[in-house]
Amino acid sequence: MIELVSAERCVACDRCIRVCPTDVFERGADGVPVIARQDDCQTCFQCEANCPADALFVAPYTHPQPQDPAVRDERRLADAGLLGSYRAQIGWGRGRTPGALRAIGPALGPAAQATPITS
Amino acid sequence: MSAQQEFAADVLVVGGGPAATWAALDAARAGADVVLADKGYCGTSGSTAAGGTGVWYVDPEPALREAAMASREALGGHLADRRWMARVLDQTYVNMNELAESRSYPFPTGPDGRQLRTGLQGPEYMRRMRIRVRRAGVRILDHSPVTELLTAADGSVAGAAGQRRQAGHPFLVRAGAVVLATGGCAFLSKALGTNTNTGDGALYAAEVGAELSGMEFSNAYGIAPEHTSVTKTAFYSYASFSTGDGAALEGAASQGGRSVIARSLLAGEKVYCRLDRADEAARRAMRLAQPNFFLTFDRLGIDPFTDRFAVTLLAEGTVRGTGGIRIAGDDCRTTVPGLYAAGDAATREEICGGFTGGGSHNAAWAMSSGTWAGRGAAGYARALGPGAHRRVLAPAGRAGLRPTAAPGGRPGGDAREIVAAVQRQVLPYDKNYLRHGDGLTGALSVLDDTWARLRAGLRATGTDAVRARQAAALTANARWMYRSALARTESRGMARRLDHPGQDPAQHHRIASGGLDEVWTRPLARTATEAAA
Repeated sequence: MIELVSAERCVACDRCIRVCPTDVFERGADGVPVIARQDDCQTCFQCEANCPADALFVAPYTHPQPQDPAVRDERRLADAGLLGSYRAQIGWGRGRTPGALRAIGPALGPAAQATPITS
Repeated sequence: MSAQQEFAADVLVVGGGPAATWAALDAARAGADVVLADKGYCGTSGSTAAGGTGVWYVDPEPALREAAMASREALGGHLADRRWMARVLDQTYVNMNELAESRSYPFPTGPDGRQLRTGLQGPEYMRRMRIRVRRAGVRILDHSPVTELLTAADGSVAGAAGQRRQAGHPFLVRAGAVVLATGGCAFLSKALGTNTNTGDGALYAAEVGAELSGMEFSNAYGIAPEHTSVTKTAFYSYASFSTGDGAALEGAASQGGRSVIARSLLAGEKVYCRLDRADEAARRAMRLAQPNFFLTFDRLGIDPFTDRFAVTLLAEGTVRGTGGIRIAGDDCRTTVPGLYAAGDAATREEICGGFTGGGSHNAAWAMSSGTWAGRGAAGYARALGPGAHRRVLAPAGRAGLRPTAAPGGRPGGDAREIVAAVQRQVLPYDKNYLRHGDGLTGALSVLDDTWARLRAGLRATGTDAVRARQAAALTANARWMYRSALARTESRGMARRLDHPGQDPAQHHRIASGGLDEVWTRPLARTATEAAA
C-alpha cells in the first residue's frame, strides 16, 4: 500500500492524483498530495511508476502498516535504492530505455512442459 | 447537488483497459464520435495495466494454429468454439502486428533477430494505448465511473449516467451504442490490479435484460506472497512448495496442485515456497520479463530463488475465470440492441471454454473483442442516424440507487458492510475454490438475503452511488456464479465440484444465467462450430 509521499521530493505535478486507478490521493493544502483513502489502495505500484520525482513509496503489503515506521522512512528507502526503483526497472524517465525492449521471458519452467502455462 | 454534465456521442465505451481502448480506437477509426468513460484512469486501470501478460499470438502457419487451438480444448471441457478461436487468432495477429509496425509498442528482439510479439508489459502497453486513443479523437473521461445504463423507449441501450468523482458532479452520455468493457469481477480481493474490476458491467447489462454465460467458471485463485498483491502464477511453475517444518508439500504445484495449497491454508498451516527450479538464465529472464513480480520480494528483502517465503491464494474471480456477459454475434453484440461487450466483461468461453482465460488468451480476447465491439457499435450508431440523440432516455439502474421499500423501512445496510458480507461468501477457499453443493447452497442463500436487503433498502446518491453500485454488482455476480455452479452437477473445466467429481457427457453445454431479484440459469444449445472433439 501507498505509505509515503515525500514532501521534499514532490514537485506538485498532480500526476499521482490523476493516474491512481482507485482514487487514493487528494491535493493537500500545500499542493503536496495526501493519502486520503489508503484502504482503497490496491498495491499496484502505478503511482510510483508515474511519479517523475520518485517521491512515492508503495509498501508491498495489502494492508496499512501504521506500526512500521520503516515503510515511511524516506532516508532508509532512498539508501536501499527503493525510491523510484520500479520506474527505473520499466525504463521510464528521461534518458532511459523502455524495459519492454529487454523483456525476453524465460522458457516457462519444468512443470510448464507437462501442462500449458495459463496465468 | 451539482449540475449534471452532458455529452453526446455515437459510441460510449465504458472501461479503460485493453478491450476498452481497442474498442474506442476501432470505433473512432470506423468514423464514430467516441466517448470513453473509465472508473479510474485510462492507462492504469484494470488487471493488464498493473501487470503484464502473454498474448495468444501465433504465426498463421496451419500446423501452429492447429496446435494452438487443440492445446486447451480438453482443459476447457470442450466448450470452446473453433470458429471463434480462429477469428481471435487472426484478429490478434493483426492487432499485435499493428502495434509493432506503427511503433506503438517497443517489442524486444529475440535471439534470431525477429521481434518477439508474444507478450506485453502492462504499464507500457496501456500508457501507449491511451495515447493512441487520444490521437484518434476519442474524448476520455477519467475517474468517471458509470453507475447505470440509459434505455430508449424500445428497450435498446442509448447511453449511460455516472459520477465524475474527482470533479464531484454527475454526468450523462447520450450515445447511439454502448460498449461495456469494464473487466471481470475479482470481489475486491486486491489481487494485482483487479480492484477496479467489480463486475459493474455485468450488473448494468443484466438490468437491461442481457444474459451472462459461464459464470460457474469463476473460481480462479492466484498465488502471491503472503499479505501482498502480486499474483503472477506463471512464474510459480519454478516453485517448490513446503510446509512450516521445511518438508516438501506433497502434490502442491502452481498447475494442477493448487488445491493442495488451498487445503493447507484452510487447515491454518502456512505454505512456503522457493523458486529453486529456475536456473541462472531463467532467473535473469524472469526479472527482465516481469519486473513487477520482483517488486514485492525486493521490498521484503527476500530472494525468491534462495529464500523460503510464505504464500497465499488470492481470488481472481471471473478476471481469470471465463464467465461474463453472453455474446450474441460476431461483432460482440449482446442480446440487447445497442449494447456490446468486450474483454473480461464478456464471456471468454468462445476461446477458452471452461478453463481459465488468464494471461495470453484473455489478452488476445480483449484486443479482438474490443476491435469487433468498437466497429459493431459504430455501425449500429451510424444506422440509427441523427435521431439517436433525440430519443427519450430512461435510467435502468435499480439496486443501490432506487430501492423498492418505502422510505423509513428496513435499512439496506451500507455499501462497505455489504461488500464484506459478499466477500465472506466468495473469498474463502472452502466455499468457492473447493466447491461442494452443500457449501454452494448455503452461501447462495446468504447472498440471496443480502441482495433482498440491499435491493429493498440501499440508496446512495452523488459519488456515494459508486460504492453502492459496486456492492450491488459484487452481490449480483456472486449469485450468478453460485447459481451456475449449482446448475453444473459435474466437474468440467475449472468448475469442479467435490460432490460431482466426474465429467457428465449429458452436460456438455454452456450455462446461461441472468436475472436480479430472481436469478435463473438455463443450458445453452451448442453451436455447430463449438469444439466437436
